Amino acid sequence: MTERVYMKGNEALAYGALKARLNAYFAYPITPSSEIPETLAKEFGNEEYPDFKVFLQSASELEAINMVMGAASGGLRAMTATSSPGFSLKQEGLSYAAGMELPLLVVNITRGGPGLGNVAPEQSDYFQMTKGGGHGSYRLIVLAPNSVQEMASLPKIAFDLAFKYRNPVCIAGDAFTGQLKEDIVFPSIEATEYDVSSWAVTGAKGRERHVISSFNLDPEVHAKHVTSLDQKYKSIERNEVRYESYLTDDAEIVIASFGISSRICKSVVNKLRQKGSRIGLFRPITLWPFPYDEVRRLTEHAKRFLVVELNTGQMVEDVRLGVEGRARVEFFGKVGGLLPTEREIEEESRSLMEEAITA
Amino acid sequence: MTEQESGLREYRKKLGRLEALTETPTHYCQGCEHGELTRLIASAIENLGIRERTVMINSVGCSALANAYFNVDHVVSPHGRAPAIATGLKRVRPELVVYTIQGDGDALAIGLSEVMYAAIRGQPISIFLVNNAIYGMTGGQMAPTTLQGQITTTTPYGRDVEVTGGPIDASRLLSAIDGSGYVKRVSLAVTELETARGKSYSIKNILEAKQAIENAFKVQMMGGFSFVECLSSCWVNWKLPIMEAKRFVNDQLVKQYPLGTYKDKFGIEKK
Repeated sequence: MTERVYMKGNEALAYGALKARLNAYFAYPITPSSEIPETLAKEFGNEEYPDFKVFLQSASELEAINMVMGAASGGLRAMTATSSPGFSLKQEGLSYAAGMELPLLVVNITRGGPGLGNVAPEQSDYFQMTKGGGHGSYRLIVLAPNSVQEMASLPKIAFDLAFKYRNPVCIAGDAFTGQLKEDIVFPSIEATEYDVSSWAVTGAKGRERHVISSFNLDPEVHAKHVTSLDQKYKSIERNEVRYESYLTDDAEIVIASFGISSRICKSVVNKLRQKGSRIGLFRPITLWPFPYDEVRRLTEHAKRFLVVELNTGQMVEDVRLGVEGRARVEFFGKVGGLLPTEREIEEESRSLMEEAITA
Repeated sequence: MTEQESGLREYRKKLGRLEALTETPTHYCQGCEHGELTRLIASAIENLGIRERTVMINSVGCSALANAYFNVDHVVSPHGRAPAIATGLKRVRPELVVYTIQGDGDALAIGLSEVMYAAIRGQPISIFLVNNAIYGMTGGQMAPTTLQGQITTTTPYGRDVEVTGGPIDASRLLSAIDGSGYVKRVSLAVTELETARGKSYSIKNILEAKQAIENAFKVQMMGGFSFVECLSSCWVNWKLPIMEAKRFVNDQLVKQYPLGTYKDKFGIEKK
C-alpha cells in the first residue's frame, strides 16, 4: 500500500504494527486508544497479514500486559495499547519485562490525569514513561510521534529496537495523535527477521534449557544482572537517540516540545521566522533516551529555551539537565485537555526574546 | 556437597534419574510436599515424553525457584500472573505444553482473576495448586484457604471468618466454570500405618496425585484447561512436627477440602 490514505492516528498505528508483522495483540479497551484493538480485531484473519496469529481481549490491563510478556517469551512480536490510567496498571509488567529482557511494545495514548482525569490529551505521563513507572533500575525506550504519519511508521522502528536490545518499547501518542485524522502514505516496509534462538522459550529440544527471569536471590548474581542492564541502557543512550531539530542552527531561542504540542510550536516558529526572529524547534522523538547532546549543542547559539508541554512541567526537567545552566529555560504548559494556541506560544516566545535583548 | 545433598543424591539415584529434573537439590523444607510435587510432575513429563516441548511458568512463592529443578524451559512470572503469561505463550506457540505451580496465595488471592479467566477461556494449560492453607514463603500469613480459627502471623488469635470471609474452595469454584476441562483435588501428604512390624507409610495419596498430574497434562494436550489442587502441609509455619502436619492435612484439611474429581469433561479418568 503506497497510495495516500486518510485515517485516524490509532488506525494508522494498528496498520503500522501489522506491516511490521505483528504476531499477537492482547487487548483491553480504554478511551482514547480503543481504535487500535478495534482495527486489529477487524483485520484479524485477513490474508494480507499472515503473521498476525493471535488477537485476544483480556480481562484486565494486568492480564493483557502479562499475556504480551508470555507471547514475547516465545520470541514473537507482541503488543498491547492502553491509555494513562491503564498505563499505570502496566507498570508492574513493564518492570518485570525489563528485568526479564523481553522485547515487546506497549502503546500509551495519553490522556488527562491524575486518577481518572479525563479522555482529552495531556502529556503528563512523561515522567512515568521515561523515568520508570515501576520498581527497580530500568528504562523503557519511549518513542513520541507527532503525526498520523509517524503513528504509522514507528511500530516497525519500535519492534526493531525491542528485539535489538531485548527491551520493552513504548510508543507515546496522546489523545490527539490517536484521534486526529490525516492523510498519510504507508512506507513500504521490509520486515526484519529477529534471531531469538538464544533465549526464547520454545521447548528445550536439543539444547540447554532457557530460563526467562528477573529473579536472583544471590546479591552477587543480581548485581551482575542489574549492571548488565545498565550497560545496555548506556549503549541505547549512545546509539538510539532520535529528534527533529527544525531551523535551530542559528537559533537564539529554541522551543522544545514533543508530540502534538510540537505541531503548534512549529507553526509559531514558521510565523516568527517570517518576521525575522531567529527561532527554532527542538522535538525529541525518543523521550528516552533523551537527546541531551543535541540540547547541549543548541546552547552554543540559543540562550533562551521555551518548553511547551501538555502538563505542568515534566520534559522541561530534561531540557534543563541538557542545558546545564548555559541558557535560560522557561516553561509553558496547558492541562486538562486544553491546547495552547499559536498566539499564546507566540506571546510567550516574544516576551522571552525581549528579555533576551534587554538582558 | 553437604551430607544432606549427598544423601539426597543417593536417594534420587535409588529412585532413578529423571531427565526432566536437574541435578540441583531442592531448597524446599524437609518434609514439604513441594518436593513430592516436583518429582511427580517431572515423572509425568517423562512418562508422556513431552520434556522437549514443555515450559514451566514459575509463580511467586515457594516454587519461584523451581527453574533450578525442572530441566525444561522456564518463564518466572510476577505474583499471581502465571496463568496470563502461560496464556500468552500458549496462544503463540500452541504446540507447547505449559504448566504452572502456584501457591494458594498466588493463585487464589492476588491471582484469582488470572486463574479464573484461564478456566473461563478453556485455555489448554495445566495449573498445579499447592494448597497448604498459609503463605509459606513470606513466613506464615493468612491465605485465602486458611481454615476458620487457624492461627497465622496475621490471624494471631485465629482466623475469624466473620471478618475475613471463609476459606475458598478452588476446585469447586473452577469446576463450576463451563470452560474448565479437568479439576481434581488430591493430597500430597503420606499417611502413617501401624503394621505388625511397626510404623510404615502409605503412599496411596501420592500415587493418586501422580495419576491426576498425568491426566492434567493429557487433558491439556486434548485442548482442555486442567487444574490439580494439591493439599499439602507447611509444618514450619503451622508450627507442628512434620508427621503431625501431614496428619493434619489428611484429617483436617480434607474436611474443608474434600478430595476427588470435581470435573472431567474429557472423561480422561475412564480412558
